[in-house]
Amino acid sequence: MAYIELKDVSYRYPYTKEQALKNVTYSFERGKFYGIIGENGGGKTTLCNLIRGLIPHFYLGRLKGEALVDGVDVRDWDTGEISAKIGYVFQNPFTQISGIKETVFEEVAIGLENLGVPKDEMIERVINVCEMLNIEDLVKNNPNELSRGQRQRVAFASIIVMDTDTLVIDEPTSQLDPEGTESVFEIIRSLKESGKTIILVEHKIDLIAEHCEEILVMQGGKIAMSGPTKAILSDFGTLDLGTMIPATAVFGHAMKEAGKPLADIPITLDEAVELVERRGE
Amino acid sequence: MAIEVKNASFVYPNGFKALENINIVINEGERVAIVGQNGAGKTTCVKMMNGLNKPTEGDVIVDGMNTKDKTTAFIAKSVGYVFQNPDEQIFNSTVRAEVEYVLRYFKLPEKEIKERVKRAVQLTDIAGYLDINPLDLPYPIRKFVAIAAVIASKPKYIILDEPTAGQDKHGTETLSMMISELEKDGVTVITITHDMDFAVANFDRIVAMSQKKIIADGNAKEIFWNEDIVSRARIKKTQIGELAKRLNVPGEVLFCEELVEKL
Repeated sequence: MAYIELKDVSYRYPYTKEQALKNVTYSFERGKFYGIIGENGGGKTTLCNLIRGLIPHFYLGRLKGEALVDGVDVRDWDTGEISAKIGYVFQNPFTQISGIKETVFEEVAIGLENLGVPKDEMIERVINVCEMLNIEDLVKNNPNELSRGQRQRVAFASIIVMDTDTLVIDEPTSQLDPEGTESVFEIIRSLKESGKTIILVEHKIDLIAEHCEEILVMQGGKIAMSGPTKAILSDFGTLDLGTMIPATAVFGHAMKEAGKPLADIPITLDEAVELVERRGE
Repeated sequence: MAIEVKNASFVYPNGFKALENINIVINEGERVAIVGQNGAGKTTCVKMMNGLNKPTEGDVIVDGMNTKDKTTAFIAKSVGYVFQNPDEQIFNSTVRAEVEYVLRYFKLPEKEIKERVKRAVQLTDIAGYLDINPLDLPYPIRKFVAIAAVIASKPKYIILDEPTAGQDKHGTETLSMMISELEKDGVTVITITHDMDFAVANFDRIVAMSQKKIIADGNAKEIFWNEDIVSRARIKKTQIGELAKRLNVPGEVLFCEELVEKL
């Protein structure tokens, strides 16, 4: 059975005319890593809001169709219960950070505190996550006095620490440098390997190509295309849907155009190296 | 005409030293990208160029004026700065009012305001949002609103702090087009970016910063094919550059067409 199942879902935010989601049907399976890509305004964040139950519990508006998480409609989920199941890292770290805690440590601990996790366990979990995200030197700082990149990592930590089965992550690296970006992807990869379901919105297409198993391309509130990462990102037509494809895929198509075709269109660096080296054989 | 940073250091009031002995000259008409790790001093450095930060040692000279002798508002007429976070500079209730704000403040003739707004809006592709409250727009569009407001004020130098953050394909393409149009208008564009493809594709000169200092200054090949600089500045080659390196293709390749030709 599908873990998260969307059946003909349409949704309109309050006071807007245009539907933000239009007849979306899709099944997410447990334990897989999904990448949601596509143009801004295409419905990526709205889809995340729905899966996390913020639609319809926080954003009212008009929801049609069925959206089932673990067999239960999001309308019937209690927001507290669903938040223990699905962690959501917001796009804007300013939205995520509570603003009521005076240190990074307390900020990261806030969710566990609310769940009543015993103190010793809470401290251990917070420290582990802060080390993992390389913010252990910041634990005593005020979250409101951090740089955007640091805040993004604190917001991420405060969700990872909850150890939910599923993580919905909306552009976690938009404010990070290449090294910070890679470390976030490494963490996401290890979360995936520990069996979690990951749903990630991201524009950095090279990293999507490297890590995700399935891709959804959102455009104008619809799923314009979906399928295995390789099929979607090696297709030149994907560019017409308002999203990039990896530089290596563009390279693969350019080689073909130039009459030097590779055996396949690569979407990652490793694939490209292998395909070029195999060309002479 | 140029921005000249001479032996400049900057210490924040709390004692944190963010820049050490920076020397750089940016001439009119250049396109310069500043790259390097978060915390390297990039933003502090560009804020010195428009007078938001006055160097605690050394000097910053903008078109012959020492920033220490002028107010930030005065320097900002020549050097426009678009903040990394657009919300630090947006405060009007419609996009139109935001883009016009400085022009109205300086009481420019109505015709001129119209023309400048038209150009700025066209370059940033925000014509569809003029009557909307900027706070109702998504972050990447708000960023374009902030950029448009600075373009409309017609500075000679424009500094863009991480313009590609959160931008989709269309947004990134709009930025590239905007930068080449600004060049035609004779505007010098300086950017801070983590997006190496964007830097390589749009900027002739790359400045690498690391730990409060400028460690390298040159064209894209000189920067991205120098392994020492790449590792010290914690930057990355473009994916095509990395592919060329792994395939041992000679000639310091960074672009797709170059690589295809050489294979």
